[in-house]
Amino acid sequence: MDDREAFAKRLADARAKRGLDKPERGKRALPSSTWGVGLRAGVEVVSALIVGVVIGLGLDRWLGTTPWLFLLFFVLGAAAGVSNVYRLFAPRTGVRKD
Amino acid sequence: MAAEGNAIDALGQFVLYPALGQVGAAVGFTNSNLYMLFAGALIVALMVYGMREAAMVPGRMQGLAESAYGFIDDMVVAQVGEEGRRFFPFVFTLFMFILFGNMLGLFPYAFTFTSHITVTFALAATVFVLVTAVAIALHGRKFFGYFMPEGAPMWLAPIIIPVEIVSYLSRPISLSVRLFANMMAGHVMLKVFATFVVMLAGLGTVGPVLSLMPLALNIALVAFEVLVAFLQAYVFAILTCIYLHDAVHLH
Repeated sequence: MDDREAFAKRLADARAKRGLDKPERGKRALPSSTWGVGLRAGVEVVSALIVGVVIGLGLDRWLGTTPWLFLLFFVLGAAAGVSNVYRLFAPRTGVRKD
Repeated sequence: MAAEGNAIDALGQFVLYPALGQVGAAVGFTNSNLYMLFAGALIVALMVYGMREAAMVPGRMQGLAESAYGFIDDMVVAQVGEEGRRFFPFVFTLFMFILFGNMLGLFPYAFTFTSHITVTFALAATVFVLVTAVAIALHGRKFFGYFMPEGAPMWLAPIIIPVEIVSYLSRPISLSVRLFANMMAGHVMLKVFATFVVMLAGLGTVGPVLSLMPLALNIALVAFEVLVAFLQAYVFAILTCIYLHDAVHLH
């Protein structure tokens, strides 16, 4: 067993020296073709807007405050959409930290 | 079928109808469900039949099964980290189910169950509930700190927190709409150009020559759709991994 471990260690060292071992993180990322990124950004904005509008209309119907909460959540949804798009291009914080 | 009455019926391919005859009609078993079962059976067959021998030097099917396994295993470990291994079965099942659904839909006469928003939204909602449950189970009350980024001034909290909540809730929508829209758009385009082939072919002497153009385009589109089918399954799986990473590490 000792032999085998020693061999595994030497192999690992040799691989590391040669740079054969793939880096632990960030190897696989989302595909980043222009069209792909553009469509993703669009979908992110629209879906955040849908959520905002649905929440606003639902709360309005429940509380009888038409149309004020709808207007508020429409703006919040738009802001969330922008923040989604920002997050799409900003480097993900958690990945670099650990 | 599509060119009857010179109308392009591009959406007829998404209509649900009862499968398996009388029994299917009685229990509401549709062609969509049939293809889901078919996809599941094919995945099980690939994994069981492929790994039957578990040879040191893999054959074709074993190579396919192993590379699918390794592909998702790499993805989960790279995105979520070593502790994310326990989510491997979930991500692998999702990926294979979507991939097989997309690919099966490319066969002529086949039904694409991933082109229905109800199906993709059910999948995305499952991911959303699981991710939220994992985050709450691991972090308890600290999970709600996720909606207030560190370092942001306190007076901005009334704006930031609702925006973050809406942004969090928009995840299942964007996840499901992306898959559904890609599959639906692809199949509509295939159908439209296929209809052009038939329509142009019936246009007298120059018709058959002209109809070669949409035919060539359709051939290219099929190849493109194979790429999209894989890519969308991959994007769905990797976004699930990214969400799981957020749930496990909370930023």
